[in-house]
Amino acid sequence: MDFYEISSSLLSISFFIYLIAVVFFGAILGKKRDERQKSKLTTIGIILTIIGFIAQVASFIFRWMEAGHIPVSNMFEFIYFFSMCLIFAFLLIHFIYRYSIMGIVALPIAIVLIGYGSVFPTEVTPLVDSLQSNWLYIHVTTVALAQAILSISFVAGLLYLIVKVNQEVRSKETSYLELIMYFVVSVIAFVVLSFSFGAADYEAVFNLPENGDYNEISYTLPALIGPTDSELATTDHFYTGIEAPSFLNGAEAARKFNSLIWSLLTGLVLYGLLRLLTRKRIGAYLQNKFGKVNPDVVDDILYRAIAIGFPLFTLGGLIFAAIWAQEAWGRFWGWDPKEVWALITWLFYAAFLHLRLARGWHGKKSAWLAVIGFAIIMFNLIVVNLVISGLHSYA
Amino acid sequence: MSVNTIKCECGHINHEGTVLCEACGKPIKGNQHLDGNDDQRVLEMRYDGSARRSKTYKRTFIDKTWAFFSSVKVGVWLIVITLIFSALGTIYPQEPFKNSPLPASQFYETEYGLTGKIFYQLGFHNMYDSWWYIILVAMIGISLVICSLDRYIPLRRALKNQKIKRHPTFVKRQRVVSSTDKLSDENYQTIKERLKKKRYKIKEEDGHLFAEKNRFSRWGPYVNHIGLIVILTAAILRMFDVMHVDDYVWVREGETRVIPGTNQEYYIKNENFSYDFFDAEEDEDIRFREALKNANGPIPKDFQTDAIIYKVKGETVIGEEPELEEIKRGQIRVNHPIQFDGYSLYQAGNQMDSEYDQISFKINGENDQELGKFTFDTDEAPYQIELDNGMIVRVDDYYPQLEFTDKGPSSFSKFPRNPGIIFSVLNEGEEEGDRFFYLGEDIISLSDESTLTMSVTDIEKRSASGLTVKKDYSLPFFLIGAIIFMIGVVQGLYWYHRRIWIHPTENEYLVGSHTNKNWFGMKKELDEIFEGTEFNEFKDQSELK
Repeated sequence: MDFYEISSSLLSISFFIYLIAVVFFGAILGKKRDERQKSKLTTIGIILTIIGFIAQVASFIFRWMEAGHIPVSNMFEFIYFFSMCLIFAFLLIHFIYRYSIMGIVALPIAIVLIGYGSVFPTEVTPLVDSLQSNWLYIHVTTVALAQAILSISFVAGLLYLIVKVNQEVRSKETSYLELIMYFVVSVIAFVVLSFSFGAADYEAVFNLPENGDYNEISYTLPALIGPTDSELATTDHFYTGIEAPSFLNGAEAARKFNSLIWSLLTGLVLYGLLRLLTRKRIGAYLQNKFGKVNPDVVDDILYRAIAIGFPLFTLGGLIFAAIWAQEAWGRFWGWDPKEVWALITWLFYAAFLHLRLARGWHGKKSAWLAVIGFAIIMFNLIVVNLVISGLHSYA
Repeated sequence: MSVNTIKCECGHINHEGTVLCEACGKPIKGNQHLDGNDDQRVLEMRYDGSARRSKTYKRTFIDKTWAFFSSVKVGVWLIVITLIFSALGTIYPQEPFKNSPLPASQFYETEYGLTGKIFYQLGFHNMYDSWWYIILVAMIGISLVICSLDRYIPLRRALKNQKIKRHPTFVKRQRVVSSTDKLSDENYQTIKERLKKKRYKIKEEDGHLFAEKNRFSRWGPYVNHIGLIVILTAAILRMFDVMHVDDYVWVREGETRVIPGTNQEYYIKNENFSYDFFDAEEDEDIRFREALKNANGPIPKDFQTDAIIYKVKGETVIGEEPELEEIKRGQIRVNHPIQFDGYSLYQAGNQMDSEYDQISFKINGENDQELGKFTFDTDEAPYQIELDNGMIVRVDDYYPQLEFTDKGPSSFSKFPRNPGIIFSVLNEGEEEGDRFFYLGEDIISLSDESTLTMSVTDIEKRSASGLTVKKDYSLPFFLIGAIIFMIGVVQGLYWYHRRIWIHPTENEYLVGSHTNKNWFGMKKELDEIFEGTEFNEFKDQSELK
């Protein structure tokens, strides 16, 4: 076994340990806080999380040894590192607050992220010249850690909303909460679909005429939407015949659009099934399960995560980023989409702090803001890298 | 600022608009509405009830402008609007990144259709240096200044003037309070000891006790705002051209050129330009074979210019070659610029093998026996070359970048990117000879009945290195601003300004406490300090509301 294989195996192991840990955390739902703390289930859940974390760190180190540089240089590696930081932040919060119920939200998010990251190419990639700098270590790791800590505020916010949103009547709040649940389910759908069709080696190829020649585009999911003005080359594969609207530019855009539609549709089916099974809004179902959670503590965790994450993000995402940009490109700020979105993240959390500290936005208002903040972070991680191209689209 | 004053019953003279007396904290009648705390049980302690200009004067235009910019609500709206516009600007690439020869007026519409056209027409393609974006950021800057002044000055005065002995109402109407009928001296001493242990500064007067810690954390927000103002000022400074040099230069291998933007003071020589791509065949890179196989093209590993920097010695006389003195020698690589006298040169571009440096030929006669060979140097571009055997090769025409127009062959530029050469091969003393046309790395014979053949034996190309030239006087300001900002944020977020008052009245002891944030921690701390004493359990009065 070479380092790469050891690393991959360890990652799979940690993935499954996290899954088992979720089961243990899930089993403590509905109990009072004192009971939860004393419960053996909590201890086992935490121990499993720690073992999983150690396995993931070991996997990270082996991958580092294989690549010869810190493995945070492509989409798979960054998401993988980010999920590791999220687990770390969760453990940290657990040992400060002894509030293990956070695990039931934090771990699934980390698991979904690892799954999502694994959809991208997992082989070790060489570092292009502009990434060959010590600042890669400093800048990327601080940003990932900061974003993970900020994500903890989302975990707390979501927990707060599950517990506090009035589920007796349908309202805007319940609908938005369902929307969040639907998104989570859709991401899971995307991961499951990618792996299932990947395991079956599914590949449908389209020919896209370009300058008298053909450009081949391969789909790994059945084509609901094909590229504009293209022809299916592998004619025995499924194709609806619907072409992507012409405003979707670039050869890859139609393929990504196709994956998106698949995820959303399958997500809808999964979500519908869940609704049928529980016969309630998912939020209402979860509220019943979570029942006894002290909202004040959750609100405090939410704020504390942002109070730590915000300065760290400023340092890593703006200051270190600017210093490196000055060294690599000779300009510390260039309005590259990734830079703009880092600024947007920063502005958003600055607004959050003003609203909370000067205008007293606590509780539910804070929680909704934490959800929006996480949406911005995810947007910067996924959409900006994959859709909006710029200097940071290495993946 | 104000001429009108309010005298409190404790004797302290407060500025007009004060909500709570700076000295004793007694609510000033008729001013309570300013902080919106009319009939509340808990005092609104924001900014310690000090007289803020924005809340006091609302008559003139200046008052109104001041009040507008000092509002946190306005500040947050400005942030949110900036945030939204910044996001909109990333929908399509900004003009400098559009990477297309089409002008912006056509590019966005052709590439993205109607939405692209709207994007262009709204001016979003140059969002971040558009006047309205700059105005938006400037308004945030104004808001930062006014917001901070409006709060900092009165708050500082209030905290400076606060007395140990407070008005009973002030203590009673704090958020977390307690009381007791009696208090033994022993327990009083214990409380004092515990306060000291928790690093409170204790002051006593007539049995009244005032404990305070971490007042400096109240200045955190103002410190970080100063940091941001320094950064915005640096950005304004940077708009002036004198603050920075921003230029670009291409230097061919072996060439010495003046560095633009340096007042003709510095020269650079490109000794050698080397480049390296990842190669799955090499041992070192074999671990990346999978990624390299899947990549669209070669992945650059390193670009490096071996450079010598010269400085002009003495006065330059126009039209004369300047005398150069070597001041630095080194390599320029991505992430490793070369620096000299405040200037930095960054490896930014490359034209790999883009120019022909030397082309070698040989001439064969009948029966293929070799008659001679020669090398054409594109820089020297000689008019004729004498061969060893006495033959002469005359260069009739030389087109460094050959193109064919209606008028026949001509050169597009003086750079040897696609040289075309017309040679005449002459025996000694001859005026006319066989003619050959070198083009596209091949030879065409122009003479019909030539007995000679000419062929290309070797081609040496050269690369050019693209370097950005930078000098920026504004950098230290940005860095200082960033450092101040970070200090302010940490100062404001990680310490809490906490105060505890023990107030004896005729028949009981009152305790009032205040913290600027984190009541959760404050309550815990109070419980620890007052544990085991006669004081009742602490009550959070905000929950009663």
